[in-house]
Amino acid sequence: MSDKRIREEDVVALLKSGMTIGIGGWGSRRKPMSLVRAIVRSSLRDLTIVSYGGPDVGILCATGKVKKVVYGFVSLDSIPLEPNFRAARQQGTIEALELDEGMLQWGLYAASLRLPFLPTRAGLGSDLLRVAPHLKTVKSPYEDGEELVAVPAIHLDAALIHVHRADAAGNGQILGPDPFFDDLFCMAAKLRFMSCERLVETSQLLDDGPLQTLKISRMMTDGVVLAPRGAHFTSCDPDYGRDEAFQREYATAAVDPEKWRAFHDRWLTIDHAAYQRQLAEGDAAR
Amino acid sequence: MSVDYSLADVCALACAEAFRGDGEILVSPIGTIPTIGARLAKATFSPDLMLTDGVASLVANVVALGETKGQIIEGHMPYRAIFDLVWSGRRHVIMGATQIDRFGNQNIANIGDWAKPKAQLLGVRGAPGNTINHPTSYFVPNHSTKSFVAKVDFVSGVGYDRAAALGPVASRFHEIRRVVSNKAVFDFVSAEKSEGGLRTMQLRSLHPGVTLEDVVANTGFSLVIPADVPTTRGPTEEELHLIRTVIDPKGLGKKELPG
Repeated sequence: MSDKRIREEDVVALLKSGMTIGIGGWGSRRKPMSLVRAIVRSSLRDLTIVSYGGPDVGILCATGKVKKVVYGFVSLDSIPLEPNFRAARQQGTIEALELDEGMLQWGLYAASLRLPFLPTRAGLGSDLLRVAPHLKTVKSPYEDGEELVAVPAIHLDAALIHVHRADAAGNGQILGPDPFFDDLFCMAAKLRFMSCERLVETSQLLDDGPLQTLKISRMMTDGVVLAPRGAHFTSCDPDYGRDEAFQREYATAAVDPEKWRAFHDRWLTIDHAAYQRQLAEGDAAR
Repeated sequence: MSVDYSLADVCALACAEAFRGDGEILVSPIGTIPTIGARLAKATFSPDLMLTDGVASLVANVVALGETKGQIIEGHMPYRAIFDLVWSGRRHVIMGATQIDRFGNQNIANIGDWAKPKAQLLGVRGAPGNTINHPTSYFVPNHSTKSFVAKVDFVSGVGYDRAAALGPVASRFHEIRRVVSNKAVFDFVSAEKSEGGLRTMQLRSLHPGVTLEDVVANTGFSLVIPADVPTTRGPTEEELHLIRTVIDPKGLGKKELPG
């Protein structure tokens, strides 16, 4: 088995401006934040971000990396509205494709199955199809003749996910209560990168959880990044919960240019090793 | 008043009543008051309801808001399983609504023009899929002409006019069951005076102490108003005891909705 271990910087070097990048997790939960921050530090731009969005979307919008966002929602969970995403939408600095949460799943699933679309009732009658006229309906070829939304495949150039345990070969384990749609993001993408809390030997993958937690297989990944606390400040249960105090600091800074500059310089300009050290200092001070 | 209850209790109870008779389906209450309501319904008149902890576990018993201690887990319900349930129809959700109109169209996406909104909100979340697939109700804690509007800025959850325009096949699973505000309870009826036999919003009951004039003045469209409008029922002593001691001992409902 090949050794797929790489660093955040190596991942970013394999990405290109203009790419469509899917980000796993959900809201402010289990987001690959060390990879998101590596993008912030890079020269990448004009990205299309596909996400059940949280601070990943907000931070990339606020740092000028985003051309377009494909989303069902963007939220910080305990803080319902994502301030940086709001500002980007309200100032019109980004394009948007808004989808029902289930339509987004269907688009990723269609791409992962190499189907042009998957049909659903979700979206019918809503304004989603009005503002995105390229979304079409399809008529059932059977007796029922039902008209359904044909959710087009959402093909990704790259997918970024964060999991609890992984081996060097690229098998990943999700110990949290919800695997979200991380496997679909990987299956829909050409390049697949997974960060993890801990790297373990393949023989140790079942030490921390049952067989059913091995949701990501090595045929779904191209690179594995060791990133302890890599989802911070989003939640990564059971390893750690959301850092609510940090998230409040982020959300407060996002609506105040001066505070934002300070937050940006302190947290978004450093590599993950330095970020972890800075967090540890903060923990010790608390 | 035989028992001393609050507006939050009345609203929670009205949310509970929306779930009456739902049986063995997943109910998804979004927010504190609807959650108190769902747990109250499960603890009393609708024991078969299935509820999650808000994360990914189905919880068989009723415990206090925010508590995980004492929960009896009866199943796994990650988002993927919830989406499958949505599309199978075995679910009833109470969502919020930043705006709602008389046909029950709901908006949680944005205020102003979608292309460059005056205010970006959550996004549509699951509202389009929920409303076209299974019963949906709404809880609106700030009843005013800004929330009860003539026309919503963006149709996230589908109302009766949009559903009717899709035809009987596409709309066969569509149902807006109930709207609960901080002033009153509403449902949807096909009244003579409403357009083309479409279902529109009807005043079902007024919360204790709220006048008809107050509701009419704070609603941005004409309601169907029956000749006799009852008062929203208050909780029984047993129901109030359950809310105060079992479901919401910290009084989170009242913190969110004073009065």
